[in-house]
Order: sequence, then C-alpha cells, then structure tokens
Amino acid sequence: MKQTIRRFFDRIEPSFAKGGRLEKFNAVYEAFDTFFFTPADVTARAPHARDGIDLKRLMVYVVLAAMPAALWGMYNVGLHANEAMATLGLQSASGWRGALTDALGIGYDPQSIWACFWHGLLYFLPIYVVTMVVGLGWEMLFAAVRNHEVNEGFLVTAMLYTLTLPATTPLWQVALGISFGVVIGKEVFGGTGKNFLNPALTGRAFLYFAYPMSQSGDNVWVPVDGYSGATALSLGAAGGEEAIRDAGITWMDAFVGTIEGSLGETSTLAIAIGAVFLLYTRIASWRIMLGVLVGMIATAELFNFFGSQTNPMFSLPWYWHLVLGGYAFGLVYMATDPVSAAMTNAGRLIFGILIGIMVVLIRVVNPGFPEGMMLAILFANTFAPLIDHFVVQANIRRRLQRTTVP
Amino acid sequence: MEHYISLFVKSVFIENMALAFFLGMCSFLAVSKKVETAIGLGIAVIVVQTLTVPLNNLVYVHVLKEGAWEWAGLPDLDLSFLGFLSYIGIIAAAVQILEMVLDKFFPALYNALGIFLPLITVNCVILAGSLFMVERDYHFAESVVYGLGSGFGWALAITALAGIRERLRYSDVPDGLQGLGIAFIMTGLMALGFMAFSGVEL
Repeated sequence: MKQTIRRFFDRIEPSFAKGGRLEKFNAVYEAFDTFFFTPADVTARAPHARDGIDLKRLMVYVVLAAMPAALWGMYNVGLHANEAMATLGLQSASGWRGALTDALGIGYDPQSIWACFWHGLLYFLPIYVVTMVVGLGWEMLFAAVRNHEVNEGFLVTAMLYTLTLPATTPLWQVALGISFGVVIGKEVFGGTGKNFLNPALTGRAFLYFAYPMSQSGDNVWVPVDGYSGATALSLGAAGGEEAIRDAGITWMDAFVGTIEGSLGETSTLAIAIGAVFLLYTRIASWRIMLGVLVGMIATAELFNFFGSQTNPMFSLPWYWHLVLGGYAFGLVYMATDPVSAAMTNAGRLIFGILIGIMVVLIRVVNPGFPEGMMLAILFANTFAPLIDHFVVQANIRRRLQRTTVP
Repeated sequence: MEHYISLFVKSVFIENMALAFFLGMCSFLAVSKKVETAIGLGIAVIVVQTLTVPLNNLVYVHVLKEGAWEWAGLPDLDLSFLGFLSYIGIIAAAVQILEMVLDKFFPALYNALGIFLPLITVNCVILAGSLFMVERDYHFAESVVYGLGSGFGWALAITALAGIRERLRYSDVPDGLQGLGIAFIMTGLMALGFMAFSGVEL
C-alpha cells in the first residue's frame, strides 16, 4: 500500500516540477506528498536539529488534541437534538438528515449513545467539509499564485473554526466566515506564521458580528426547529449562578459538557484531555495557559468581592467561569496559537493574564455579549507584538546594565 | 470620582478615537512604522489633547455658548457659529506656545517629539476631541478627563499598531497591498478586537 502511494507520487512528480505540464499546481502536489510521507529534505548546513517534529507534524498534533472535544461535541449536539425531539414529540428529523437516519434505521433515542453521535455527526460533518473545501481552496489558490507551499496549519484552523460554530450555522455562512478568516486573517499577510490574529477566531468573529442572529441567542444551539434553549452563560448573565442551577445544570454537567453550546466548546473534561496532550508534547505554552487561568481567577474574585445589586454576573465564582462557554476551549486551543500569541516567555504570561482579565470583564460588564473568550483573545492578539517589544526592550536594558562597568 | 473613572475608561476603550471612530487616520497610518516614534507621537497627542480640550471648553462656555454674554447685557447672543474657527485657532496657538515652552525649558522632550508637535495641529483627533466635548456638553473637569482619556486611547492604538507592523516587517504581503494597504487591513482587524468593548455602558 505504502509502496503504491509512493510510486504514484513519484510517477506524477515530473509533471508538477518546474517546466512540467502542471507546474502551477506544484503547491498542491507538495501538500499531498508531504502529508503522506516525511519529506526527505535535510538541512545542508548547521545548525542541525534532529527531531521528527516539523511544522506539519506539530499542526497535526493540535488536530489530534482537538479530537476529544470534537467527538464529544458530536455526541452532545445529537443528545440535545434527540432530547428536544422527544420533548416536542417529533418522530423524524426533517430534510436529508431525517431521510438518511430513517433509511439506516438508527432512530432518535436520546438514551442511545450511537444514535446521539450519529445525529450530531450529521451536523458536524457538513460544516467541517464545507470549511475544508472552501478554506483549502483559498489556501491552494494563494499557494499556486504566490508560489509558496500549502501548510498543515490550515487543518488546525479548519478544525478549531468548526468547533466554535453553533450546529445550526447555515453552510453559506460557514463558507463566508472561513473565507474571511483565511484570506483577510492570514493569506494577505503571506500565509502561516505571518499573520497577527488567529485565523479561526477572525472568521468566527466576522460571522458573529455580520450575522448575530444565527451565531448567538437562544435558537441556534439545538438543531431542532421550534426548540429554543439558552446557553448556561446567557442564563448566568440574566440571573447569575442561581439561574443556572434553577435550569437544572450542576457544575458537574457543565464540566463533563452535557450543556448547550457551540459544537466543540461544551466539555471542559474533553478539552482538558487535549490540554494534557498538548502540554505533554510541549506544543502549547504552559505559561499562556497559566496566565489565562490566573487572570481569570483574579478578575472573577475581584468582581465577587465588589459585588453588585443589579448585575448578577458579578457574583459568579471562578470555577463556573472555567466550565461555561468557550473559556476552556479558548484557553487550550486558541490562546496558545504560537503565531498570534506573544513569543517571549515573560510576554506569554502577560499575554495570558490579559486574556483572563478581558474574558471576565466582557462576560460581566458588557451586556452586549454573554461570551467573551473570542473577543478577549482577539484583543490580546492585537497587543501581543507590543508586549513582546517591551519585554525585549527590558531585557536589552537589563543586560546593558550588567555589562557596562560604572 | 466614579463618574470620572468611567468617563476615562469609556474614552480610552469603548470610544477609542482611532479604532471606534477611525479618527486621526493620516498620522495613525503614517507614523506607525516603529514603536519608538509611535510612542513619541502618542505622548505628544496626549499632552496636546489634555491641554486643548479644557482650553476650548473654557472658550466655549465663557465666550461662544448661547447666553455666555448675559453678564454684559446680551443674553441672546449666540456665537457658537464661530466654533470651528475658534477651536482650531486655539489648538494652533496652544501647540505653538507649547513648542516654545518645551524648547526653552525641556529641550530633551522637545527633541524627542521633534516634527510631531507642529504636525499635531492638523491631526483630526485633536479637533474631534474638542467637538465631542461641545456636543456632549462636558463641564471643565469632565473635559480634562476626556482630553486625557481620548488622547491616551489614541496613543495606545497607534503603539499597538506599530508593534504589529514591526513584527510583520518580514511578512510576505502581496505587491499591491504593501505599505499603506496592509496597514488599513491591520487597522480593520484591530478594530475587530476592540469590538470587545462595544455595548459596554458605564
């Protein structure tokens, strides 16, 4: 099998090489070749680093780390959809999803893990496929025209972007958002590693502000017509911790992730598994994660301390902030994006703390948005280069002092 | 006190001159190539803004506003049509005097600010600050806080943009977008980040 694929690539290689018939599509060939096989290129001159992990493998690891959240997300969306159908007394889902499920005889039993997973998969897959096709199309177009390589970074962007969307997002919006994220957020700056905002979040934020009706509110989280359910966060914004508990949501529910929300953001447990993997492989910076955590806890404690008569969010404790909304997802997968985060070690801590402060601030003070993680990270991305600049300047000053003899 | 703090926060973040109103774009885009110069211009804007908004406030309240001449027996006199003329004149004069004072007493600061100081006269952030002050009917103390806050917000934005542009100096921007084009896109994306504050009511 392996030999066959290799031979296939070797056979078609000449037509993509310089002067070949399909020279323009060399980037596409390159992308698929290196996706299947480790490239044989080695560095000719020093410094040499002997390590199997290159940019491509690194990005694939992040996608792997997001798998628990994605799998749980599919199950969770299906669970809520099936429960809503049971409540409304529906026998079959509408459209092609219903036809397919009926034909296969899977059913809509909320007790059955497989039925829930299947129903969620039918929502996850179209969004993911559209994201991949449209986004990869842009990537290949830019790579072909501008003569650079297609990068696995996009696999991460596509996965994370999909996981931040509500299950009911119309597919044309999915395509529009990922186009904005990839083209304006990344490719105009020259591709992977040269952007300053997280492309997945840029696309998500674009959708959020352009089509607020289908990206937030009570009707978008459960993909069953005529069923509305608020997310735990908007419950909290309306009535604080009490309202969340009154809705029958315990802290454990929110931690395991059986609450309503975007595709992959609900389960703090699944995300924590991904976090352990990312920290173990040292792909994500523990400083950023620590910073986000510390900033969030400190700000939440501060708000708890001051309290408020009119705003119930003031009293929401930090361990609730941790499990609600997109906080954990952003903490693990979005804030740690090595390109758009701060790059110095001290800067990473400060960058993380800034996110932690901003997320609680937006959640508590801003009545416009119940969720603040996305905007907090974008805001901190904006200031990351500046943080780095000052850290570097401080280092230069300190070392200069050390070396100059008075 | 709380009122002034919320006014300050509002003018820095929620109503950021550069990223919410897109004012002062010419110098925002032109002088943001290096962090050091951006900080210089930012400080200059803060100083001038904190000076001219209260000055214009005094002029508006005591000279231009309808009924300001009541003490002289002219209760119906409304000179506010002279607003633009007076504000920009006062801004120009204030910048000139500030420049001379700095040159005489703080030559180091004067050299650091260099060409930016006279340039600020025609920076729309400065005039906009005064006009917002008139429109929102700030009293004197409020106008001091507002001047400081709006200047600081603009300085923060230009410094952040300069940081981003320094980092992206080695990015591979398409030919047609290099320089100003990509700076416009960066400004737009930064504004997306600053949307975090839109809707906050203080």
